Amino acid sequence: MDAYINLLTNGIATGMAIFLLAVGLSIIFGLMSVLNFAHGAFFMWGAYVGAWIFGLTKSFTLALTSAVLVGAIIGLVVERSTISRVYGNHVSQMLLTMGLMLVLGEMVKVFWGPNILTSPLPAYLAGSWDLNGVIIIKYRLFTIIVGAATALAVYLILKRTRLGIIVRAGVENPEMVQALGIDIRKVFSLVFAFGAALAALGGAIMGPLGGSISPTMGLENQLLAFIVVVIGGLGSFIGSLIGAILVGITGALVSWFLPEAALAVNILLMAVVLLLRPTGLFGGSGL
Amino acid sequence: MILEVEDLHTYIGEFHILQGVSLKVPSGSVTVILGRNGAGKTTTLRSIMGLIPHRKGKITFEGRSIERLPAHRVAQLGVGYVPEDQGIFTCLTVEENLRLAMRNGTSGKLLEKVLDLFPDLRVALRKKAGNLSGGQRQMLALGRALVTGSRLLLVDEPSKGLAPVMVERVAGAISQIKKEITIVLVEQNFRLAKAVGDYYSIIDDGRTVVSGKMGELVENHELLERYLGVKQAAR
Repeated sequence: MDAYINLLTNGIATGMAIFLLAVGLSIIFGLMSVLNFAHGAFFMWGAYVGAWIFGLTKSFTLALTSAVLVGAIIGLVVERSTISRVYGNHVSQMLLTMGLMLVLGEMVKVFWGPNILTSPLPAYLAGSWDLNGVIIIKYRLFTIIVGAATALAVYLILKRTRLGIIVRAGVENPEMVQALGIDIRKVFSLVFAFGAALAALGGAIMGPLGGSISPTMGLENQLLAFIVVVIGGLGSFIGSLIGAILVGITGALVSWFLPEAALAVNILLMAVVLLLRPTGLFGGSGL
Repeated sequence: MILEVEDLHTYIGEFHILQGVSLKVPSGSVTVILGRNGAGKTTTLRSIMGLIPHRKGKITFEGRSIERLPAHRVAQLGVGYVPEDQGIFTCLTVEENLRLAMRNGTSGKLLEKVLDLFPDLRVALRKKAGNLSGGQRQMLALGRALVTGSRLLLVDEPSKGLAPVMVERVAGAISQIKKEITIVLVEQNFRLAKAVGDYYSIIDDGRTVVSGKMGELVENHELLERYLGVKQAAR
């Protein structure tokens, strides 16, 4: 029983970090139809900036805040200077974002070196609680809370605010949004930066969850995020959330019982969902 | 003239779709653009709106040149657009569709007025727009363009795919709206065009071939037959 609770909390915690990565990927694709192969780089930058600032200041709050800020800034600069020039051209987008992934990955090596680094926890989040024999690791609970709170915030923004209505409408028909007098390019930049910031937060949280960070973590987690987005339905917020938790839990269970099959099972999960519902679980549902 | 278009040329990819479209739209009128399928009617509206770039020609709205402006600027200046597929956001509620179109400074009064004009929308405010019928969608598309506070409305084939009863209602709605706003209407349904139009302009193979008063066109059997294929019986 203990083992299962352990696996479940681990799975959900990992799922939440992946969700933060996947939700931006999904909305960016839905709104701008850009398949962003550089999205994992924001996640990785978040992880490195988080660990670096935490090492310097010993403040975890400051570490997370800096990661989010750096993610937003890199996202905004990348969108304004490069991606905004290739809207509508999928081949260019693919080449460009793959190139960006390499450049941003190499820059991480320039600043922090090519080796695996440790990503420590603050003391107040280390350790665990023992609830009548059930061990709850504090940091996992923290990850789940941060993920859930962010999910709720994103949901409320999408559902209640004017920006959210614009984004949802834009996912369906960006041209018509423009014809109603809304500068969709500005919305694109904002959403791209916002998605990058969420990815960076995901990375900053993921670092201490696994304990170490490396220049390959961007690509590895991006692959999971793509699986999540396909399972959940491109452009769907709810889909990213459910998909990420599903992928997190499956990953945790499989790597416990059959470690070598971890990625294969996630891909199998994607294949099954695609066979049953080609648009993903929540594709076209509007949120 | 609220809108003047002079010698407009637009390409879509390699294809030279508009090869000289000209249009003069007097304030407070309904001008109907007529022509066969593929003549360039939709492309004309999209070029005016700034949704496709044009290569050559002048577009003036209220005395101000609007060529080369992006669509959102054209819309902000006061041009509303109702596309052929209505462009309804099906994932949003009716109310959200309308709110999205309202600008800072659009008064609640205007929204009330639109809801009075289309009572169907008032009862469906909380409904997902995707659940509306074809006719109701057309009402929502027109209503949404109206709440932007536009002074000129470009409407693309509002009768398309609607049952005759609904076409009547759309015609009624346009007759109501035209008291307050200038309309450029693309329409294949000649009965509707005749019922609401003050002026007409016929486009053929991407060129404006003839324009004038609707009353005169109705009498001109030769023109109707040559460009529109309208036979005696259909009139």
